[in-house]
Amino acid sequence: MSSAEAAETPKSKDFSGAGQKLLAFASLIALIVAFSLLSENFRTVTNMMNILQATSVIGLLAVSATIVIITGGIDLSVGTAMTFTAVTAGMLLTWLHLPIPLGVLGAILMGALTGLVSGAFITKMRIPPFIATLGMMLVLKGLSLILTGTKPIYFNDSPGFTSIAQGSVIGALLPAFPVPNGVVILFVVAAVAAYILNRTVLGRYTYALGSNEEAARLSGVNVDAWKMAIYALAGAVTGVAGVVLAARLNSAQPALGQGYELEAIAAVVIGGTSLAGGRGTILGTLIGALIMSVMTNGLRILSVAPEWQIVATGAIIIGAVYADSLRKK
Amino acid sequence: MPDLIDMRGIDKSFPGVRALRGVNFNLRAGEVHALMGENGAGKSTLMKILSGVYQPDAGQILVDGKPQAIGGPRAAQALGIAIIHQELMLMRDLTVAQNIFIGRERRNIFGVLDEAWLNASAAAIFSQMKVNIDPRARVADLSVAQAQMVEIAKALSYKSRALIMDEPTAALNAKEVAELFAIVARLRAEGVGVVYISHRMDEIRQISDRVTVMRDGALVGTVAAADTPIEKIISMMVGREISDVRPIVPNLAGSPKALEVRNLSRGRAVRDVSFDLQRGEILGFAGLMGAGRTELARLIFGADRSDGGSILVSGAEVKIASPADAVRFGIGYLSEDRKHLGLALGMDVRANISLTAMARFSDRFGRIDEPALGRVAQDYIAQLAIRTPSDAQEVRLLSGGNQQKVVIAKWLLRDCDILIFDEPTRGIDVGAKAEIYTLIQRLAATGKAIIMISSELPEVLRLAHRIAVMCEGRLTGILPAEATQEQIMALATQRETTAGAAA
Repeated sequence: MSSAEAAETPKSKDFSGAGQKLLAFASLIALIVAFSLLSENFRTVTNMMNILQATSVIGLLAVSATIVIITGGIDLSVGTAMTFTAVTAGMLLTWLHLPIPLGVLGAILMGALTGLVSGAFITKMRIPPFIATLGMMLVLKGLSLILTGTKPIYFNDSPGFTSIAQGSVIGALLPAFPVPNGVVILFVVAAVAAYILNRTVLGRYTYALGSNEEAARLSGVNVDAWKMAIYALAGAVTGVAGVVLAARLNSAQPALGQGYELEAIAAVVIGGTSLAGGRGTILGTLIGALIMSVMTNGLRILSVAPEWQIVATGAIIIGAVYADSLRKK
Repeated sequence: MPDLIDMRGIDKSFPGVRALRGVNFNLRAGEVHALMGENGAGKSTLMKILSGVYQPDAGQILVDGKPQAIGGPRAAQALGIAIIHQELMLMRDLTVAQNIFIGRERRNIFGVLDEAWLNASAAAIFSQMKVNIDPRARVADLSVAQAQMVEIAKALSYKSRALIMDEPTAALNAKEVAELFAIVARLRAEGVGVVYISHRMDEIRQISDRVTVMRDGALVGTVAAADTPIEKIISMMVGREISDVRPIVPNLAGSPKALEVRNLSRGRAVRDVSFDLQRGEILGFAGLMGAGRTELARLIFGADRSDGGSILVSGAEVKIASPADAVRFGIGYLSEDRKHLGLALGMDVRANISLTAMARFSDRFGRIDEPALGRVAQDYIAQLAIRTPSDAQEVRLLSGGNQQKVVIAKWLLRDCDILIFDEPTRGIDVGAKAEIYTLIQRLAATGKAIIMISSELPEVLRLAHRIAVMCEGRLTGILPAEATQEQIMALATQRETTAGAAA
């Protein structure tokens, strides 16, 4: 064995993923500190809870988007799929008067089904993810409007439904921390998703597909079946987002949803997940989603015009990815 | 009269490789000069220097007797040197005429393209070549042979006097080859110098005036085509000293058949291939690039669909429709292209080793037993002497030899009985090569059935118990381990026509 080859092998592990997460986390802390110094209205517990509450739905969608993006795919339908699952919950609970747990389960299963359908388009019909989910985005938007007759479905007949997002189990135990349930759901779902990605076969194949799909196929992995399962899992998370959104609004708003997918993807990107696939973490995505909420909330409290808030969000996305590419050089 | 082109003492190195060493090569006006050599002999590098793609480290290029620096492809064009690459460089969605004049379109004063001029000019070139191609046809609708004619027309449109053709007949059928040769003959008659790179002996004899043979980056010699026997050219190509290490062929008389391939076919790439493989045997597959060996391996492994034929594993016919099926039947494939097809480079050693065997290391909820995986990964790292700081190292940071060992570990863990190694030592340094050889021999000794595809003859001769040789998708023969390089090369260049005559 030549010593040259041994020398070629670097001894240190590459920390690029961790580096981006650290950078994102530092940015989040810096933002919070800066806004806290600039406004005392920002640094209240109530406002912190507002920020968390505002993060719950986008955070869930971003978790869903992360799973798909790690495979090297993209899901543009998460926004309208979320609405579709909210509408599903509305139909099950308000129209069919089913008990709340069944309605919630139905919405999540519907989410998984939309993911499965996207996955089937991508694997069985060989439609690129961008196109397949762009189509699904419009189909689901249209279906939501058709099924509801374009009118919102209210959950007034299902008392307790709103507490899924608005109540606070933690607040009942620890009055000093009235963390809304929607936020708890986000963190629980994120933890489960992180567990699946890091500890299960499904997760391992998610990274393997994004890293080198052909190598996975030639290793005897049934790529098509696993990819459909991954999209279905992401769809189920989208379904949870739909339930939380419906509970927060006490209604299923059929016209809502489009545009959320881009915010979700933005959170994923800020969190350091590569759109090329193979790399990314749920923790990074959570940080990314929080950066966006903190930014929006802080600028609003500082009375910056909403138009400028949009500009700032765009600048953050570009800045985050640029910082990452600088660091890699 | 000075030669059209005279290359003198050309040296070229790439990181870690000395690609060319003091090569002399000249081309006269009105001749067809064949350039021959095994894969990696340096033919393409030499021609890329002539066409301005690479710059030589040392040496001189004279055009019409005057020293010239060919700084880039455009400079080569200006000197009248054109190259037609093996993979045609045409834009499939543009028309024939648009392709020929890309970058040189005539426009009117409003900047509007003059399509009529384009088409007329292209038609003029085609009539000069005496070929019939519609300048307005989309390139995507042409046959490969026609696309090649378009490349030639493009070269002529630059007023080229020296034309380099890199394996132009690789994708052509006999009739198309004849048409191409007619055009080459016409160009020669008009005073164009043609450099013709090919592996096909019969073609060389048919159309070339002189033959230059290269080996391992150096010139072996230049001879007249007419009075040099093919055997002489072959021996010039392979004349490398090889070590006398030959495999000890085990007695496999009682060994059961692991794999039987019957009449396997896929288009022109693999044609009617049949062979047997016993447990404990190493069957080498020799042949030149594009002979169909990788394609055959992919068929056996289910990565591509076959048109016909059957596969028997341990005596029973099996249907292999996907790599997942092949793995179930105990067939593992170690791709020649490790980086793109064999490894998930961004993932760690442990994850790569376990990719095929996930089912064994997870419970019914799909939860992975990481500690068990870790132990197994450690085991293989020790057993195969994989040099890595830990099993958590990303595979892309390992050297080529160690990456290959990770791929081998992956298939060993899956307990495959039939292993197909496709160019197992490509891109691996000499020391690591010996280790891989030992490993392959050890695997065979434990009863694994092994197919080893290699373009390096010394490698095949050192390891293989029998040597299957392919040419143009056909299995042209199976030789015993004692075969000579000349015998293998003769089978590897045996075209269909000559094969038919011999049969």
